[in-house]
Amino acid sequence: MGFLDTLLGRTKPVQPKLDDLFGLPSAAVQLEAAAGFRPTGSGSVSFRAPEGKPFADIQREVLELLDMDNGKPGGGLPVEVTKDSYGYTWLVCNHLSDEMDALVTDLHAVNTALIDGGFGPQLLCTLVAFADERHRRLSLVYLYKRGTFYPFAPSGSGNDRDNALELQVKGVLGDDLKFEQDLTRWFPVWGAPGL
Amino acid sequence: MAARTRYAPDRGLTVRMTATMFLLGLVFVAFVALIIGIMTYAHASGASIILVAVVFGGGSAFVSLFYSDKIALAAAGAREVSPQQAPELHGIVDRLCALADMDKPRVAIAPTRLPNAFATGRNSKNSVLCVTDGLLYHSGLNQEELEGVLAHELSHVAHKDVQVMTYASLLAIVAGLLVRFAFYSELFGGRRDNNSQAALLIPLIMLASAVVYAVSFLLIRMLSRYRELAADRSGALLTQNPSALASALTKVSQGMNRIPTEDLRKAEPLNAFYFAPAAKLNGKSMANLLSTHPSLDKRIEQLAKIQRELGQPGAADPRGIQ
Repeated sequence: MGFLDTLLGRTKPVQPKLDDLFGLPSAAVQLEAAAGFRPTGSGSVSFRAPEGKPFADIQREVLELLDMDNGKPGGGLPVEVTKDSYGYTWLVCNHLSDEMDALVTDLHAVNTALIDGGFGPQLLCTLVAFADERHRRLSLVYLYKRGTFYPFAPSGSGNDRDNALELQVKGVLGDDLKFEQDLTRWFPVWGAPGL
Repeated sequence: MAARTRYAPDRGLTVRMTATMFLLGLVFVAFVALIIGIMTYAHASGASIILVAVVFGGGSAFVSLFYSDKIALAAAGAREVSPQQAPELHGIVDRLCALADMDKPRVAIAPTRLPNAFATGRNSKNSVLCVTDGLLYHSGLNQEELEGVLAHELSHVAHKDVQVMTYASLLAIVAGLLVRFAFYSELFGGRRDNNSQAALLIPLIMLASAVVYAVSFLLIRMLSRYRELAADRSGALLTQNPSALASALTKVSQGMNRIPTEDLRKAEPLNAFYFAPAAKLNGKSMANLLSTHPSLDKRIEQLAKIQRELGQPGAADPRGIQ
């Protein structure tokens, strides 16, 4: 926020940063080697669906685009659309666990379509799920507005998170991915679709 | 990268707000010039009155700015809540802050049945967002409407409204003090000199201060109403759901008409930072002129305009990012 914006009481919509998403496939390799977590093959994009028809149109186009290559190698399963209890829409892409590249390409396609339609400021986060042999769950969450990643590891059934594991992941991947340094921004996404 | 945007700037609001602030600045400059003029002629008593008023007024404004979050929380009897205590509320605030890329304020809940919310604090690191029990449990707001209200309050934080309004009120505080000081010194000061020119000075200070106080009071109220509209606007654009905020506004305002259990005097001091004002005045036009918040009609009308803009396929204007 610049001085003039403060004076006039207005906010600039924050545009998302996308490029760092492509760091995910190599980070996944690193994560498996160092911490034993493998991608589950699912990832999701979360955004705030605005009122009105223009957005509904774009969302439909995105879904058609993503489902075009279903059934082919690397094409993945149909995209699921869910709305969470906070009113955010999640597009969940499901692939095989070794198709990280294809998954990231899909996620990137969703983001690009929304940004091209002028809905960039509505993107909340992208989430890619991992699990280890003990079925511990972990996700890497990408915050568009910051252009940074942070780990989110829900544990148990209630709203608990495994902070030790999260910090461990930051230690493992800190050099490969741009991690969010401000720990207060590691906000939890309990029960996020695709997790 | 020139990203497309769907945010049509509201030129009218910008112009009106700029004009208000310009007028406030003009009054400020004129007042300072007058005071300096008087002080060059004044003897010791006139000069010291002005100095004391400036120091006291400035000091109290600074203290209230610096401790605004603590003062407001104490006045509302609110307590801060952790994410474990209020997971839903924190969840909404978390997401809105991530969307807006802003620091998360502390979150507090006030045990008041009046449905309301306010945000205060001198900067984003030291701000607190407070909602009342009434808003959470008794107002009948659904999740989207509650989110609209919270986005409105977060916009106040992002716009640094507490700072802006404190600076804008500074002059009125000093002028108000001067009126009082001059009045008392006239009453009790006695006449130590027979210089008729000097004897005129104190009434002159009093008169000028009274005029400045009245004019800046009206301008500040006007500015406050524009800041509310600006916060409505930013909040609605953040959630992309202007109708939810509009519906929350109607519910909350009706709520005010319905439950008069809260002592108005208790809620009054915090009015300027409240989501909807608790005090209701009689006499419509006068009330509009003096109130800190725009009328419900005006706020809903603006939200409807934003809603229409969002629904337009060609609303995107690559130049006008606001």
